Amino acid sequence: MALHSAIKGKLISVIGDEDTCVGFLLGGVGEINKNRHPNFLVVDKNTAVSEIEDTFKRFLKRDDVDIILINQNIAEIIRHVIDSHNSPIPAVLEIPSKDHPYDASKDSILRRAKGMFNPDDL
Amino acid sequence: MSAKDKLLIFPSRGAQMLMKSRLKGAQKGHSLLKKKADALQMRFRMILNKIIETKTLMGEVMKEAAFSLAEAKFATGEFNQVVLQNVTKAQIKIRTKKDNVAGVTLPVFECYQDGTDTYELAGLARGGQQLTKLKKNYQSAVKLLVELASLQTSFVTLDDVIKITNRRVNAIEHVIIPRIERTLAYIISELDELEREEFYRLKKIQDKKKIHRAKVEKEKQARIAAGIVRESEAGNLLDEGDEDILF
Repeated sequence: MALHSAIKGKLISVIGDEDTCVGFLLGGVGEINKNRHPNFLVVDKNTAVSEIEDTFKRFLKRDDVDIILINQNIAEIIRHVIDSHNSPIPAVLEIPSKDHPYDASKDSILRRAKGMFNPDDL
Repeated sequence: MSAKDKLLIFPSRGAQMLMKSRLKGAQKGHSLLKKKADALQMRFRMILNKIIETKTLMGEVMKEAAFSLAEAKFATGEFNQVVLQNVTKAQIKIRTKKDNVAGVTLPVFECYQDGTDTYELAGLARGGQQLTKLKKNYQSAVKLLVELASLQTSFVTLDDVIKITNRRVNAIEHVIIPRIERTLAYIISELDELEREEFYRLKKIQDKKKIHRAKVEKEKQARIAAGIVRESEAGNLLDEGDEDILF
């Protein structure tokens, strides 16, 4: 299986608001697999937190996903799940969304990085 | 404490040689691990700087991409649902390569185009130019994000490895080497003790022999003095009269 997926090439997953998803899909990252599971999740104000969590966990388990992009405001909602994921693959990247500018102080990785650097380096 | 915290070994010359070679090995391993930790640390700092750089760059790229999305929407009208429903196969895929830093493999992601554009016909009626621009913007954003992802993975992996290496360096420096040194000191003191004992025993034996010899001499003198034996008789058995044996 590992060999098989190594040849096949991995996917990028997106969890984000509608505009973010549409943008990345136009960029060409979207895929629906044989079981009709998409590799993206559109989060609007009606989406339950548990659904975001479940989808995120499912993406972590899928072995054809190497990178998970997630909007930072959504990452804030499921921060505990993201923080508990600490293996290198899949890589979880927090991206800014249209109506939430990027805040470096909330990023899991940058927070870890800050612990090692003095603040004026950042 | 020092009596407890040493290796359980019988103090002998052989054990001393063994300990000496182990100490040398531990010191060598310590210096090698230290070098490895330094190399990793250097790479780590480099990656950290790059991550911070790329993250800020990403903010700008994403802003631009979002703006072009708004532009395209203005020109084309609402197309969100069309795009979301028409997903089939991914056009951009990720390949992983391995990079090696001081014996640590770091995954490096690389994106490549695979298959045709699903949304080739989107924006055919109007707003085609804006859509093309939008696609291009998001593709460059994806490229940047992939780069960032490989940096981030390297960061996480290196962080773990550095922690493990530092722990090993400290363990060797503060636990293993002192323990071997204590064992060596113990062996040396035991060996010295044995040597002193040996020396004392030799001295003691010499003393005893001397006393014994003096006693024998004294008895002989006493007998000569008493006239029981003549002096020549005791000392010179060969001078006794046996001339008729040969001639």
